Amino acid sequence: MKAALKDPRRRRVLTFAAVAAAVAILPVFVRSEYYLYLLVMVGIYTMVAVGLNLLMGYAGQVSLGHAAFVAIGAYTSAILTVRVGVSPWLALIAAALITALVAAAVGMPALRLRGHYLAMATLGFGMIVHRIALQWDGLTASDRGISGIPPLSIEGVTLVSSTNDLGTYYVVWLVALLAVLACSNIVDSRVGRAMRAVHGSEVAAETAGVNTARYKLQVFVLSAVLAGLAGSLYAHYMTYINPDPFDFAHSIALVVMVVIGGMASTWGAVVGAGSVQFIEVLLDARHLHEQKPVAYGLILMLIMIFLPQGLARGGIDIAARLRRRRQARDR
Amino acid sequence: MSLTWGQLLQFLLSGLMYGSLYAVIALGFNLIHNATRVVNFAQGEFVTLGALCSLSLVMIGLPLPVALVGAVAIVTVTGWATERMAIRPVRGASVITLIIITIGASVFLRGMVTWIWGSDERPPLRPFWPGPSLALGPAMVQRQYIWILGIVLATMFLLWLLGEKTLLGKAMRACAFNQRAAQIVGIDVGRMVLLSWALSAGLGALAGVIIAPVVTPKWDMGVMLGLKGFAAAILGGMGIPAGAVLGGITLGLAESLGVGLLPDWGSGYKDAIAFSIMLAVLFVKPTGLLGARSEAR
Repeated sequence: MKAALKDPRRRRVLTFAAVAAAVAILPVFVRSEYYLYLLVMVGIYTMVAVGLNLLMGYAGQVSLGHAAFVAIGAYTSAILTVRVGVSPWLALIAAALITALVAAAVGMPALRLRGHYLAMATLGFGMIVHRIALQWDGLTASDRGISGIPPLSIEGVTLVSSTNDLGTYYVVWLVALLAVLACSNIVDSRVGRAMRAVHGSEVAAETAGVNTARYKLQVFVLSAVLAGLAGSLYAHYMTYINPDPFDFAHSIALVVMVVIGGMASTWGAVVGAGSVQFIEVLLDARHLHEQKPVAYGLILMLIMIFLPQGLARGGIDIAARLRRRRQARDR
Repeated sequence: MSLTWGQLLQFLLSGLMYGSLYAVIALGFNLIHNATRVVNFAQGEFVTLGALCSLSLVMIGLPLPVALVGAVAIVTVTGWATERMAIRPVRGASVITLIIITIGASVFLRGMVTWIWGSDERPPLRPFWPGPSLALGPAMVQRQYIWILGIVLATMFLLWLLGEKTLLGKAMRACAFNQRAAQIVGIDVGRMVLLSWALSAGLGALAGVIIAPVVTPKWDMGVMLGLKGFAAAILGGMGIPAGAVLGGITLGLAESLGVGLLPDWGSGYKDAIAFSIMLAVLFVKPTGLLGARSEAR
């Protein structure tokens, strides 16, 4: 066992298997529907965060507009199924394709920008998409929203729907874990090395023959597709959407998840999505209505001040320090 | 689209007024960016705080000018405290960590604002120069617009004086240029960072105070103003004072004229117009209107 843990590749497989097993049996311990709903939401956010983590942590490109891709996925599903009458599964695929197209169209000019300029461009894009969702009444029914979005089902058995939290849980987490697996494989591949090179120094990467523009665009599109899928699943689960959960604050929340979890660690996305949800629930349970944002802002600042590498890395570092201290004492 | 000259002038004036506000806020973004390379997402909260403090100070009976100065002073101290408590302890952390801290600070400050003032809209502040609107050719100008433009111009002049003519301003610019080099010649970089935060908060508060008579002040009034200020700073070229002014005015005029020239449904897209124009400029000129330096490593 100890030898197996030394080999990084094996350790990764073991970690993945352990987390997958934990995810699979977790619902057994969850009695209330509300907590199941929260776990579904963590899965949906994980999907988005893992892609954004790849983009920010490995490729070094910030996006302050990823809620827009979630919106595009959700609205594609809603409009195609409710207005056009397309089958939900087809709508799910269309949601992924359309977010990919939009991401490519936005990413091509935007990824030429650097640092804060890219952050502002993605922020602007997010604002524009949110405005359209809010104003284009004929397409999105503005703030009244679109209701009656059909569930995803196979042979009459509903899988993702508001009436089947458990089914939704398993589908969402299956997709989320596949996304984690795909992203950690990408990180270890040739593409991953190229991305890290871009993050380290774009000029140097370019000199070494890395087509930086192409890699950046690929990662951007991949992260957008994951966001679009998450949006689509969200729409079929909730059966109703309006522009509220896709505004600037949510784009920021996604970035917060990535950074709190720990950038450049694939599991950081899960930790981040889970922690943000956990903090919210904790504050809600304390009935701190007025003081909730105050407490939330404070927690955010404290985590960043004391664990600037995020919770995942910070936790590992603290564990290592404790172990060293214990070893020193035992000696 | 039939637009009379009077209406066109009206749109130009309100665009200029909002543009000058964006410019002041953008100058605040620039100050902190130059000192720390960080985008301060709490900038909009300084605007809100300025407006609401001035309302409360007037309400407890202080004369208007005292209330205005008092509000700016309170927010300046808030900016100073934010740097001391949230930014200084993590000196040397990565830029993204610092940015998340400013996001935390913005959520925190917004929470404090709703805690203290509630989430209802407030009646506007008493105008600085009461009376009916003034006629400017075919257009009518609210008297407050004149105050806003005047105060913004005066502020820009003072900032220019500070930056170009005083030793302190030169030290701040040296820090922006190269912190290590500035330290070597004996400039206290930490103090300059602190000063940038205080000054930047003061500028945000000033924008909030002068706009308070023409808007309905409430807890989230600064969010969009802050983001537009950020957009203006980027549009002009981050870190360049003249760029902040140019970016702000461009953004203000563009969104105002966009609303005027589009059919009725266009007014709902006011914010989208501003950000579309900014994106269009960035796609053509990736470093902003006046930016020449590349951020490439």
